[in-house]
Amino acid sequence: MTLESKIPTGPLHEKWDRHRFDLKLVNPANRKKFNIIVIGTGLAGASAAATLGELGYNVQNFCIQDSPRRAHSIAAQGGINAAKNYANDGDSIWRLFYDTIKGGDFRSREANVYRLAQLSVNIIDQCVAQGVPFAREYGGLLDNRSFGGAQLSRTFYAKGQTGQQLLLGAYSSLMRQVNTGKVEIFPRREMLDVVLVDGRARGIVVRNLITGELESYSAHAVVLATGGYGNAYFLSTNAMSSNVTASYRCYKKGAYFANPCFTQIHPTCIPVHGTYQSKLTLMSESLRNDGRVWVPKEPGDKRAPEQIPESERDYYLERKYPSFGNLVPRDVASRNAKEQCDKGKGVGETGYAVYLDFADAIARDGREAIAAKYGNLFEMYEKITGEDPYVTPMRIYPAVHYTMGGLWVDYNLMTTIDGLFSLGESNFSDHGANRLGASALMQGLADGYFIIPYTMGGYLAGTHLPEVDTSAQEFAESENRIREQVDKLLSINGRRTVTDFHKSLGKILWDKCGIARDKQSLEKAGKEVAELREEFWKNVNVPGDAADFNQALENAGRVADFLEFGELMVKDAIGREESCGCHFNTGYQTEDNEALRCDETFCHVSAWEYTGPDSEPVEHREQLHFENVELTQRSYK
Amino acid sequence: MSNQTINLTLKVWRQNKNNPRGSLETYPAKGISTEMSFLEMLDVVNEELTSQGIEPIAFDHDCREGICGMCGAVVNGRAHGHMPETTLCQLHMRHFKDGDTIVIEPWRARAFPVIKDLAVDRSALDTIIQAGGYISINAGGAQDGNTIPIPKENAEKAFNAATCIGCGACVAACPNASAMLFTGAKISHLALLPQGRPEARKRALSMVRAMDELGFGNCSNEAECELECPKGISITEIARMNREFIKAAFL
Repeated sequence: MTLESKIPTGPLHEKWDRHRFDLKLVNPANRKKFNIIVIGTGLAGASAAATLGELGYNVQNFCIQDSPRRAHSIAAQGGINAAKNYANDGDSIWRLFYDTIKGGDFRSREANVYRLAQLSVNIIDQCVAQGVPFAREYGGLLDNRSFGGAQLSRTFYAKGQTGQQLLLGAYSSLMRQVNTGKVEIFPRREMLDVVLVDGRARGIVVRNLITGELESYSAHAVVLATGGYGNAYFLSTNAMSSNVTASYRCYKKGAYFANPCFTQIHPTCIPVHGTYQSKLTLMSESLRNDGRVWVPKEPGDKRAPEQIPESERDYYLERKYPSFGNLVPRDVASRNAKEQCDKGKGVGETGYAVYLDFADAIARDGREAIAAKYGNLFEMYEKITGEDPYVTPMRIYPAVHYTMGGLWVDYNLMTTIDGLFSLGESNFSDHGANRLGASALMQGLADGYFIIPYTMGGYLAGTHLPEVDTSAQEFAESENRIREQVDKLLSINGRRTVTDFHKSLGKILWDKCGIARDKQSLEKAGKEVAELREEFWKNVNVPGDAADFNQALENAGRVADFLEFGELMVKDAIGREESCGCHFNTGYQTEDNEALRCDETFCHVSAWEYTGPDSEPVEHREQLHFENVELTQRSYK
Repeated sequence: MSNQTINLTLKVWRQNKNNPRGSLETYPAKGISTEMSFLEMLDVVNEELTSQGIEPIAFDHDCREGICGMCGAVVNGRAHGHMPETTLCQLHMRHFKDGDTIVIEPWRARAFPVIKDLAVDRSALDTIIQAGGYISINAGGAQDGNTIPIPKENAEKAFNAATCIGCGACVAACPNASAMLFTGAKISHLALLPQGRPEARKRALSMVRAMDELGFGNCSNEAECELECPKGISITEIARMNREFIKAAFL
């Protein structure tokens, strides 16, 4: 199969308009004849389900948590970008587009990113109308702030809880549709398979997490909005239930997986402090607007921060990148933190942390002003570490945060399986090799509120879809396969717990496929993951039974998929013999230790096709064409 | 940051299909680092129970950074434990002492049936939102965001009410298992914004009706909900809800 991106022709700024005109429409009276399944209730899933319901489709919306309001979008802190130019500081759709393309190190599609920038302005309007309480100026108008990787203020925010407020906005629209009867919610369900009939996605099988029963649902189309796979690393800023299973099982059914090695390591997280640790907590990078990052100049300096005089501190980001300073993009900030710690200049008990210091900002603006901007983040830091960041500088270190890779989708957000769409973080589409701050929320909502409602109509109106229900044998076959796997997991009765395996996998990936990679260690990682997977299926201990609320069993299925998927991440990283964005291969760097792209050979998306349990996946390449921007070496100096 | 280890005794509510009435079981929690969160402590205990062939304790949790509202248990009689404005996942073991006995129970309310051990069904809260916790606007029709100026003070009040994470601690803390803080927070959030005014009347009536029908109790001004709310939401929101309700019902 060749990859058809279906990017419309014509000038960049007209593509989406033309495409919307070219897409077929479903007559309002006919929409109620179509059933659509949406999996996930984060920003992408909830906005998609609500909007499709508003249009008149029948929507069934599934989520893994006990309520759709809890999806992990809720934890996004900093903000959402939009090219409103309210700050009058030179913003435009073109500039947001250019910043996003450049920030992604030229590994995303021009047409998709431009559409995202265009839609950004509608998102803010939509959210305000829903009652999202964005921060405001004294005059009553919306406030903006700057954010990592941008030199202007285009980020809308609600204190440090922007994701929560946007998600609750989408959730409220969703619940309104539940009330009208157009959307039905299925909480505490985990999607375990997509069901194909005549080559098209026509339903799913889920496990009811309370009863343990498998349930089949049929539809005319399936929309996947199940987030990213950062938890492959065990420790990440993702929620505990975030996983790759839904995407991975679609991959096994024929959806290509794009750029799995593109994983974003967020620079400002609370450092790791023990082996029992279950997750890492992000500190919004908005903190870098006022916080200054530094380490002691001398390696091994173990003095308390207040005892280190100004002259013996190295504000390395300000020194190396005078024009962006502490606001360099995430990948650059993360790599630099690791570099300083690897030189022995790291601080804290483990030596794997750098300071983020607010002393100057507090002296300049006063404690109250800083509290107004970051109060809840400071409180959160104090709760976790027991230290007061108003007095002692924060200690931060990079952590796995977001995955740019995901299911390959065309311009309509449809995967290589007909009728299976993928939105938000679960697709690969808009962020290239690195995502800029405050753009994940933007993408999730653009996909859900403003793209899928059109492209879904185009698919349904232009496709002959005979009626299918769950009595089709494909559903029974799928349920049987899942039941076999569940029984197998419960019957191994080995000696290691699921979490123990997950930790081992995480360590392999973090050490060898993390902030910096090289060919040799990646090859080693591939071998180690394969060995670990083999041991898992012989030695895992999953207690309890299948027909029950069994969290160990849920987790076992997810870790089993991570163990396969980890190998795909490594394979993709080995194949990409260049550095770009977050994929930093130490064999390819400039004299200044920046990522060195190889545009002649690797200006493409790698999309992997599953070919069976005992055979190697096949790589397909989608060439990226840049007609409107010039490929440059990123520089934030 | 001083990293010490402590030993504890847990008395944990266990309830499942083989033990439908439920009972408190005692487990040791040994070598617990004071840097752990409460849920990480439970993880450690669960790993130990699993290795002993005992089924691990079921408890809901997800983001583990205090924002998703999924976690929650009554710890020594207090919803989310004894620290102010803290979810269970953000309660750290440095607030306990070596040798402590900790009693851990699920949220107790008629409207929140126990699913297993510490996990309860809080879907009633979604049903309250479904009754009117929204502004009726379809995607696509919104005017420019800056055409609706909102005084900063009102925007902040609305935001404070909107920070509710829907964890249900207010219900668990209330002697009447009332959901008035939860419902009041949503009614206030939307009533304080001009966008929310057109439907304010209908919203107050239908959300209050839903709350009553779902088996939640009434408010008798105990203020336990405010004390235990991990987001510090004030009972002023209940007063505002009452005002909105009375305006809608009688004026």
